[in-house]
Amino acid sequence: MNEHAALKDLLYRIADDELIIAHRNSEWTGLGPILEEDIAFSSIAQDKLGHSHALYEILHTLGEPEADTTAFTRDERRFRCCHLVEYPIGAYDFSLMRHFMFDTAEHLRFDMLEHSTFEPLARLAVKIRGEIRYHIFHANTWIAQLGMQGSEESHARMQGALNDVLPLALGIFEPSEFEEELAADGIFPGEKALQERWLETIVPTVERAGLRMPGLAAITPAYGGRRGFHTSYLAPLLAEMTEVFRIDPSAEW
Amino acid sequence: MAGVKEIWEALKDVKDPEIPTISLVDLGVITDVSIDDANVAHVSMTPTFVGCPAMDYMREEVRQRLLGLHFDGVDVQVNFDTQWSTNRITGEGRRNLLEHGLAPPEPFEGELRLEVLNNVRCPFCGSHQTELRSPFGPALCRSLHYCNSCHQAFEGFKPM
Repeated sequence: MNEHAALKDLLYRIADDELIIAHRNSEWTGLGPILEEDIAFSSIAQDKLGHSHALYEILHTLGEPEADTTAFTRDERRFRCCHLVEYPIGAYDFSLMRHFMFDTAEHLRFDMLEHSTFEPLARLAVKIRGEIRYHIFHANTWIAQLGMQGSEESHARMQGALNDVLPLALGIFEPSEFEEELAADGIFPGEKALQERWLETIVPTVERAGLRMPGLAAITPAYGGRRGFHTSYLAPLLAEMTEVFRIDPSAEW
Repeated sequence: MAGVKEIWEALKDVKDPEIPTISLVDLGVITDVSIDDANVAHVSMTPTFVGCPAMDYMREEVRQRLLGLHFDGVDVQVNFDTQWSTNRITGEGRRNLLEHGLAPPEPFEGELRLEVLNNVRCPFCGSHQTELRSPFGPALCRSLHYCNSCHQAFEGFKPM
């Protein structure tokens, strides 16, 4: 069996999520509803891209190809991102709700990874979590603002976005075949534990914003991404993201 | 032969490419300096933000500056072994940020409370009657604020 298979699978999930959400967030550059939001989504995109790069670098030390090669030459089926990050930016309410749910999950994930027995990841997690705190700070401000203090329309749109995003967000926590091994090795406590902490964290924020949390029992989480089965949105995204790289893969930048 | 102290002095000449008033030493991104038996200078740096696009540029600037000294080789590494925090910015560095019109980050203990961003001291008039406009500014390390005393928009260097 592939050495470090469990660890690599975990790293690919996180890194691919970061890379794809970075690309989606960057699509708000020039289109944000107000200038500050344009800058915010662009800055968050830049942070996420940096995070994915640092994680691909760790994968490189474990024998995987160099970061650019990993990011830009893999076939869609080899990506391990969840469906949530693949969806087009949609309206601002959708992007904002995705940002809130995804970043809250990421923040908790890196909080757990700070205690990982795999030290390069634990060290990086401390650094990344500090940056994601700013992302959550931003998301929470707007969720409260548009949910509670905005207009009837903004409230209705945030509720609609919550209903739409939740099944996708639950797909973040798609269990892997390596859960037990990662937990036993002290590398990562697992997706189930993460999902529990995530729910404990988002529900109070959602309720404070005057929004209603849909019942989870009737929801089917959007699984598949972690096993390489993606939405039809990923392939066009990859084609666009890799367009310049593919013109001359050996170019020195 | 140039010593470690000389390297630290030389690196004070290397400024942040986006904030030219502050040196990389005062910014706190230089984490270690040593000279080995083969007279090769080793410098360790740590990024301010993981995705800082200026990192490669800064590493090259450091290398170029040290090539001007009398070493048989220069080796500059970027790693996360020592974590950067705004608490690493020196007193001189804080003054340099202010000179550039940026509100310097206040030192903090333990886990940073982001609420401090709501009342950052205005770099122009010194008032704390300010508000946060956005935690994201023109560079990853900057935030946008507005002073209700002197009615000016200003930027802050984000505490991290």
